[in-house]
Amino acid sequence: MSWDSVPGFIGERMEHGETTVVVETARLVDAALRLRDEEGFNFLADIAVTDYLGWNGRPVAGYWGSATGRDINLPGSWGLARTPDPKPKRFSISYHLLKVVSGATDAPRLRLQVWCEDGEPVPSVVPVWPTADWHEREAWDMLGIRIEGHPNLTRILMEEDWEGHPLRKDYPLGGEPVRFSSAE
Amino acid sequence: MVLVERAKIYEGTRIPSPIPTVLQVDPALREEGDILEVNFGPNHPSTHGVLRLVVELNGEQVVGLAAVVGYLHTGFEKNMEQKTWWKAITYPERIDYLSFQYNELVFVLAIEKLLAVTPPAKATWMRMLLCELNRIHSHLIWLGTAALEIGAISMLWYTFRERDAVLDLFELVTGVRMHTRYFQTGGLAEDIPPGFFTECRKFVDMFPRRIDDYEALLDRQQIWLERTRGIGLLSAEDAVALGQSGPVLRASGVDWDLRKAEPYLAYDQVDFNVPVYENGDVYDRYKVHIDEMRESTRIVQQCLDGMPEGPWIVDDRKIVLPPRDELHTSMESLIHHFKLVTEGYRVPEGEVYVGVESARGELGCYLVSDGGPRPWRVKFRAPSFVALEATATCMSNALVADLIAIVGSLDTVMGEVDR
Repeated sequence: MSWDSVPGFIGERMEHGETTVVVETARLVDAALRLRDEEGFNFLADIAVTDYLGWNGRPVAGYWGSATGRDINLPGSWGLARTPDPKPKRFSISYHLLKVVSGATDAPRLRLQVWCEDGEPVPSVVPVWPTADWHEREAWDMLGIRIEGHPNLTRILMEEDWEGHPLRKDYPLGGEPVRFSSAE
Repeated sequence: MVLVERAKIYEGTRIPSPIPTVLQVDPALREEGDILEVNFGPNHPSTHGVLRLVVELNGEQVVGLAAVVGYLHTGFEKNMEQKTWWKAITYPERIDYLSFQYNELVFVLAIEKLLAVTPPAKATWMRMLLCELNRIHSHLIWLGTAALEIGAISMLWYTFRERDAVLDLFELVTGVRMHTRYFQTGGLAEDIPPGFFTECRKFVDMFPRRIDDYEALLDRQQIWLERTRGIGLLSAEDAVALGQSGPVLRASGVDWDLRKAEPYLAYDQVDFNVPVYENGDVYDRYKVHIDEMRESTRIVQQCLDGMPEGPWIVDDRKIVLPPRDELHTSMESLIHHFKLVTEGYRVPEGEVYVGVESARGELGCYLVSDGGPRPWRVKFRAPSFVALEATATCMSNALVADLIAIVGSLDTVMGEVDR
């Protein structure tokens, strides 16, 4: 089945038996409503955000090596056989949808995906699937995705006055400032 | 015995608006100035970890509620990005520390999906057996603590007795009572030890009678019935809209179980029923848990009967550690061992999402690999995290005394909520 009639359709791909439909960020809510009301994806299982900073070779924290491969002199690195395919933007936001029908013997799944740059607003899908509330707060808290139209966009796992978004690739490891040290 | 008439499940949605997870006080009620704000938790013995509920009370009635989570955030997902794939298997078990086997399973299944590896039949069946034992373990803790919290103290001692029997079985197979790390990419870490089947059969023979005992203790006890029936209502539509899964969803009348709808492992080859109840209250969640323990015992029985012979792990030296004895005689094996331990195996580039039916509902694992020896991104879909989103809906117009029963019935594990 083809998904090109979904509003804002950019592309679709089939990998590992999973269908991914990529749509325009601005038309996300239209696409979500269409999938919920006409295709029956009434259940939002998860919202997973991935930070692709350094994906294609930029040296950042959490990544060893350069575009030509991983530095074999650093521990635990094997060198990449090939550099992975470039990604359209820095962040991907995947909405894992599921069609829940009582007593059904199949579970159709679909991954609805949008891409955004740092600071680019992404419309909220809370009006479509109320369960998105905490998932979107987590997306803001952990990766700093600016969800637009969320009724209560505050940090959820970190403290309210926390600086930075821990799951970003440029977030330093051991990033918490040390308050006491032996040198003092 | 006079039983209280149960409230019929309500019509229409009760999900609060505009914030689906926060119950807001009616401004007119606030004007009257008799609202008391109470902090419930984070350190309260019956919050199953460190959960803080900001409750606003009008007399004994809960009129406002907001759940505050994050006190147990440990950064598992960030940590796993720094580890090689096979070293990262140790982490997920600690996320939901009560149904550890499922966390391990979902992560291993996701890696296997990326690698396109199929574990041997023996490993698949043993995984299924251990997972069902783990479901029993998790439900026993739920039953013991949920009953304890609303005053049925004796339940805890009975359920923990059987829980210990389950943990003994885990210890027998894996050497560890919890957080076993027994599932390896491609199969199991070790062969099933002799003697396990006899011990496990003893448990399977004994356990159904014990479930009858639990029911005998609770089912006809007036206090238990009055404290659980007709409270914490959640309709089927609200449950689906709020992303609920597992026992919470099935207690709301939705016949949905990933083991039936999307059979993974060998669930299509075993016979079991999915318990479904209609009322969506705390009592029905209790019934679902009890019935699921019976069904799990049946599955364990069938796994014991149908356990295939053969290898317990795939013979792929690029992914799987070579047998220990070969290290002394084979140079190749030594090299493979060294490479796997120091650098790990590489997983092809791609992204996958795998969902399994854990003791608490749909546990999902989303993996992104860049083709290197470490995960690029690991994200868990934690059923407890989603279950807590339903607190505001379940608690609307409840009494403060029911709060503990209702939060308990959602069966959340805070380690999994905060990850």
